[in-house]
Amino acid sequence: MMEFKSINKVVAKKDSQALVTGQPVYTEDIMPKDCLIVKVLRSPHARAIVKKVNKSAAEKIPGIVCIVTADDVPKSRFTIAGQTYPEPSPYDRLILDKQIRFVGDAVALVAGTNQAAVDKALRAIRVEYEVQEPLLDFTKALDNDIVVHPEDDWKPLVDVGGDNKRNLVAKACDRHGDIDAVLASSDVVIDRTYHTRQNQQAAMETFRAYAYKDAFGRLTIVSSTQVPFHVRRVVSHALEISKSKVRVIKPRIGGGFGSKQTVVMEVYPAFIAWLTGKPAYMVYSREESLTVSTPRHESQIRVVLGASKDGHIRGILLDSLWNAGAYGEHTPTTVTLSGHKSIPLYNAAEAFQFSYTCVYTNTIAAGAYRGYGATQGLFALETAVNELAEALHMSPVELRFKNMVRQNQVLPAYFNETALSCTLDKCLERVVSMSGWDDASPRKVLPNGHIQSVGLAIAMQGSSVSNVDVASVTIKVNDDGFYTLHIGATDMGTGCDTILAQIAAECLMCSVDDIVTDGVDTDTSPYDSGSYASSTTYLTGNAVVKTCESLIRRMKELAAVKLGLSDTDLDDLEFDGKAITCLQNGKSITVRDLGNGAMFMNGIALEATESSYSPTSPPPYMAGAATIDVDPETGHIALLKYDAVIDCGTVINPSLARVQAEGGIVQAIGMALTENVQYTPTGRLQNNSFMQYRLPTRLDVGPVNVEFEPSYEPNGPFGAKSIGELVIDSPSPAIAHAVYNATGVWVRDLPITAEKLYQAMKHKNL
Amino acid sequence: MMITYWLNGKKSSADIEPGMMLYDFLRSQGCYSVKCGCETTNCGLCTVWVNDVPVLSCAVLAVRIDGCQVTTLEGLQEDAKEFAYYMGLQGADQCGFCNPGFVMNVLAMVRRFDSPTEDDIKEFLSGNLCRCTGYMSHMRAIKEYFKAKGKEVRS
Amino acid sequence: MNIVQYTKAASLEEAWELNQGRGAVVLGGCCWLRLSPQRRIAQAIDLSGLGLDAIEERDDSFKIGAMVTLGAFGSHEGLLTYTKGAVKEATRHIVGTQFRNLATIGGSISGRFGFSDIWTLLLALDADVELYKGGRVPLSDFGKTGPGKDIVSHIIVPKKSSQTAYASLRLNETDFPIIAAAVHVDGKDVRCAIGARPGRAEVMTLPVDTVKTLGCEKAGREFAEKVTYETNQRGSSEYRHDMAVVLCRRLLAQTMGDDV
Repeated sequence: MMEFKSINKVVAKKDSQALVTGQPVYTEDIMPKDCLIVKVLRSPHARAIVKKVNKSAAEKIPGIVCIVTADDVPKSRFTIAGQTYPEPSPYDRLILDKQIRFVGDAVALVAGTNQAAVDKALRAIRVEYEVQEPLLDFTKALDNDIVVHPEDDWKPLVDVGGDNKRNLVAKACDRHGDIDAVLASSDVVIDRTYHTRQNQQAAMETFRAYAYKDAFGRLTIVSSTQVPFHVRRVVSHALEISKSKVRVIKPRIGGGFGSKQTVVMEVYPAFIAWLTGKPAYMVYSREESLTVSTPRHESQIRVVLGASKDGHIRGILLDSLWNAGAYGEHTPTTVTLSGHKSIPLYNAAEAFQFSYTCVYTNTIAAGAYRGYGATQGLFALETAVNELAEALHMSPVELRFKNMVRQNQVLPAYFNETALSCTLDKCLERVVSMSGWDDASPRKVLPNGHIQSVGLAIAMQGSSVSNVDVASVTIKVNDDGFYTLHIGATDMGTGCDTILAQIAAECLMCSVDDIVTDGVDTDTSPYDSGSYASSTTYLTGNAVVKTCESLIRRMKELAAVKLGLSDTDLDDLEFDGKAITCLQNGKSITVRDLGNGAMFMNGIALEATESSYSPTSPPPYMAGAATIDVDPETGHIALLKYDAVIDCGTVINPSLARVQAEGGIVQAIGMALTENVQYTPTGRLQNNSFMQYRLPTRLDVGPVNVEFEPSYEPNGPFGAKSIGELVIDSPSPAIAHAVYNATGVWVRDLPITAEKLYQAMKHKNL
Repeated sequence: MMITYWLNGKKSSADIEPGMMLYDFLRSQGCYSVKCGCETTNCGLCTVWVNDVPVLSCAVLAVRIDGCQVTTLEGLQEDAKEFAYYMGLQGADQCGFCNPGFVMNVLAMVRRFDSPTEDDIKEFLSGNLCRCTGYMSHMRAIKEYFKAKGKEVRS
Repeated sequence: MNIVQYTKAASLEEAWELNQGRGAVVLGGCCWLRLSPQRRIAQAIDLSGLGLDAIEERDDSFKIGAMVTLGAFGSHEGLLTYTKGAVKEATRHIVGTQFRNLATIGGSISGRFGFSDIWTLLLALDADVELYKGGRVPLSDFGKTGPGKDIVSHIIVPKKSSQTAYASLRLNETDFPIIAAAVHVDGKDVRCAIGARPGRAEVMTLPVDTVKTLGCEKAGREFAEKVTYETNQRGSSEYRHDMAVVLCRRLLAQTMGDDV
C-alpha cells in the first residue's frame, strides 16, 4: 500500500470547531432580519380542483404583503429534481396548480412582514375545492380511471417510457441471456414479492431558503441545498427568468441525505422576492418536511431466482413497481438502481431480466434518499438470496461465495463495466468472523426465552453517475503561498470540504491547513452537478487531482520566469510542496515567494480549473451482519449489534468514512424496524412529526462495528471509491434474515415492527 | 410582561409577550446556537440550561425565566471548544445542526457524573436525536472528553 | 403561543380564583403547549412559585407536589426503593432528560392522557389526588371526573408493605407506549393497571389468594381481559390485548415470585 501524507489520515473537519461550538453559520442564522415570511396554504384533500380562492379578508390583515394563487404564477411546467439537464424526471409541476394531487399540495403563497400575520392570513383564506376521489394504492395505479396528471402540457424531456394518461412515469426492461429458459431449467426456483415504504430523510435542519434582489437586479437565493447549480436552473425555469438573473449560495447545511437534492421549496421565496423586490424567507416546519417533501420511493419488488442444486444462481428476474406519488421527481432514475445496483452482485448468473414500472398516485411525491433505489432493490434481492439459501438447505455464506462478483470480472448487469476493484469476498469473510455467524446455529435461545440470532447481507452502490455527472475544481495560490480550494460540490456535513482538501494537500505536498475551503456560490464556484450519487470523493476528488496537476504546471511556469529560466523545460523543474527547484542548476523559489511574486509584475495567473467526468461508476461493496434479540412473546426486536466490513477503495479519512458507515447503518436500522409510514383512508400521512415518525435514538442501537477492506480503484483519486450511500443498503435484508433465523418467519414488508412479527408468528403457528 | 434574568451570566431585562417561547426569545437575543428540529419536543436541538438544568427551550415559556439563570452554548464557549476537539477527531460533528443542543446536554452530564456507564450516558442523552452520525462517534468523543476531565466511562 | 394573560400565582387561592374564568389554563411543564399553537389561552396560571416542586416522604406516604418534574419523580431515592425501581421504569422512556426536567406530575395527571405511563403506575400504586378545594380523592375516581375548575396540588402515594413492577412495549425506546402495565401487590390485594389501550389506564384488583390460586398465567389473562382495547396507528386492539396478557403475567411473576 502506498504511503500517504495527508490522505488515509484522521483530520478533523475544517468546520468542526465552528459547528460544535454553535457558531451562526446556517441559513437562518445569517439571513437578513427584514425578510418577508413566506408560507404555503396547503390542501387538506388528496385530490381536488381548486375552484376559487377568496383572499380578500386575508389581504386586509396588517403586515400581509401579497397572496399568490395559481392564477398568478408562470404557466410552464418544470421538475424540482436536482439532476443534470435534460432531467429524466418529467416536467409535471407548476409553482401553484389548480389540480391538487396530494394532501399538502400547495394552493396559495402568503407573504407578510411577520409570522403572526402570515399565520392569521392562512386561516383567513377561503378555498372552494371540487373534491375528487384520490388514487392511493400504487398497485392499482396503472391505467386506473383516476388520472393523477391529466394535463396536456405534461412534458418529459427524456423518453423514459412514461405516459401521464396512464399514470405511468417510466417503464423499461433490460435483459441478458434467455431468462425464461434458464429459470425453466433451474433445479430450484423461488418467486417472492417484497414491499418497502416511503422513508423520510429527516435531516435535522428542515428545508429553508431566503431570496433577495441584489444591486444588479439579480435574484440571489441562499439555500440549504445539495445542488446549488440545479437550484439555479430550476428557479429560472419555474419563474421563467433568465438563468443569468439567478445566483445561488450554499452556506453550511444541516444534513441532506438526498432530500436536498430536490429543490423542494426554493421556488416559493424566490418567486415572492422576484415579485415584491423584498427579501423573502421560508422555512419548512417539521410537519411540512415530513408531509410535503420527497421521501424514498415506496416499492413492490418481485424477485425470481433460479438455481442449480449445488447453489449456482443461474437466473435473476427482478421486477420493480415504483410509487412516484404525486410528482415524478427522481422516479425514472431511482428505479433503475433497484436492479442495476443489486443484480450485478451475483455475477455468476447466466441470465437476468430487470423490468420496472413507475406510477403516479395521490400520495406524497417521492424523491432522492441515500441509496437512491438500490436500497429497495437490495432489500428484495438479498432477502430472496437468503430465502434461496434456505430452500437449497445451504449456508447463505457459501451461496454468496459461490456466486458473488469478484475483482476483474465483467459485469453484464452493470453496463458491462469491469469490477476493477473489489474485495467483497474479503468483506464477507471478515464479517462472518466479526459477527460470530455459525452456519450450524444462527440462533440461540437465552434463559429468559428470548432468541438471539444473526442475519447477513451484502451490498453495492456506485460512485457518481457515469457519463453524466461533472465535477469541477478551482485552486488558487495566494499571498505567502496558501491555497484556496473552490468546489461546486456541497459539503452537507459529510466533510467533503475537508476530504477534498486532504486530496489537494496530498497532491500539493502541503499541510491540509494550507488549503482553505468555503461554501458554494454559483457565481464564483466552478460547476459541479452537486453532492449526490456518491460522487463527491470519487468524482470531485478526481477533479482535485487533475486541477493540482495543472496548478503545479502553472506554478512551474511562473517559477521559470521568476528564476530567469524561461527557456528551461518545465520537466526540469521539481515541485516538492515547499519550493520549485531547477534540477539543472539548483536554483529554487519557495511557494511562499511564488505566491507573493504572483502579485507583482506578473502575467501568469496562479490558478487552475479542471473538470472531470467518469465513464464508469465503480461500485463500493459491503457485507453486513445484524445480531438481534427477539422476544418471541411480543415480537419485539432489539438490535444488539451490527457488524459491517466495507470496500470503499482507499479510505481518505478514516474517521469520516467510519461515521458515514455508522450513520447510514443506523438510518437503515430505522427503516428496517421503526420508521413507518401510515396513511388514513383519505390519504393523509399520519407519521407527520417526530412523535409519530420514529427515528432511532441512541438507546435503540447496540454497537455498530465498522471495518474496512480497502481495494484500489484505478479510476478513483488515490484509489478511492464512494461510501456515503452504500452503507444504508445492507441492514434491512440482514435484519430480515436475522428475524427469520430467530423465528422462522420471513417478513417481506418493512418496517418489521414488533406487531408485524408477532402476528406473522401467531398465524404461522395456528 | 417585564422579566429580569441572567443570560450567560449577564443580567438583563426584557418586555415580552406572555406566549413567547424561550427558544424564540433566545434567538431574538442573538443566541443563534439554539436550534429547532421539530415542533413536538422530540429532538433535543433547542436544549439550554435554566438554573443549570438542561431543558427544551421550545417548551419553556420565556416568562418563566424571570429571576433565572439561562445558559446557552454562547456562554460555554471554552467548554465547547474543548469538547469540539474530541468531536472533530471522531468526525462526530457531521452536519453540526444538532450539536449545540447535544453539547449542552453533554456539558450538563459531565458536571453531574464522575464515572457513568455507557448505558447511563445513552439514557441521559436519549432525547438528543442525530440523523448523521448513528451515535457511535458521540460515545467515542465523550469517553475521550471524560478522560481528559479526569473522569472515566465504565463499560 | 397565544397567551393573553400570564400570572405567577402567589397562593393556591389566587390560582384557584383565576382558574374559575373562561379560557384559564393551569400550566404544568408546558411540554405540549406548542402542539396546538393556535390555541388561545385567556389566562395562564403558573404554580411554580408555590413550593409544589417537592416530594415529601412520610411514614405512611409520599406527598408529591404537582410541580415535581417527571425527572425528579423517577429518580427519587425513597420512591425508587419503595417501588423497587418502577418509578424509573415508568419514566425513563419519556422522550429524554430535558423533557423530563420540564414535564410535571401535575401536568401528567391533569392531562389524563391515554398513553400516560404515570397514570398507569400511579393507579397501580393506589395513589390519591389532592385537589385544592375538593380535597383528597382516589386517582381512579379523579380519572372519571377530571379536575374541572379545581386545581391539583399534590399526588399522594400511600406506603404499604408491597411489591411493584412496571412494563411497557414501545415501537422504540422513547416512543409512547403501545401498551403499558403496572402491578402492585400488598398483603391483601393485587392491583393491576393497564394503560395505553390506547384509552386511559384502568386499574383492577384481585385478592392475593385468588391470584395465587389462578397462577400468573390465568390471573394475568383475567386482568387483561377485564378491559377493552382499541386500534390506532401504534397497534391493533388484538395485539394490545395479547400483549396485555403477556405483560400482566410477567409482572405478576416478577412481583409475586415463587408465591404463585
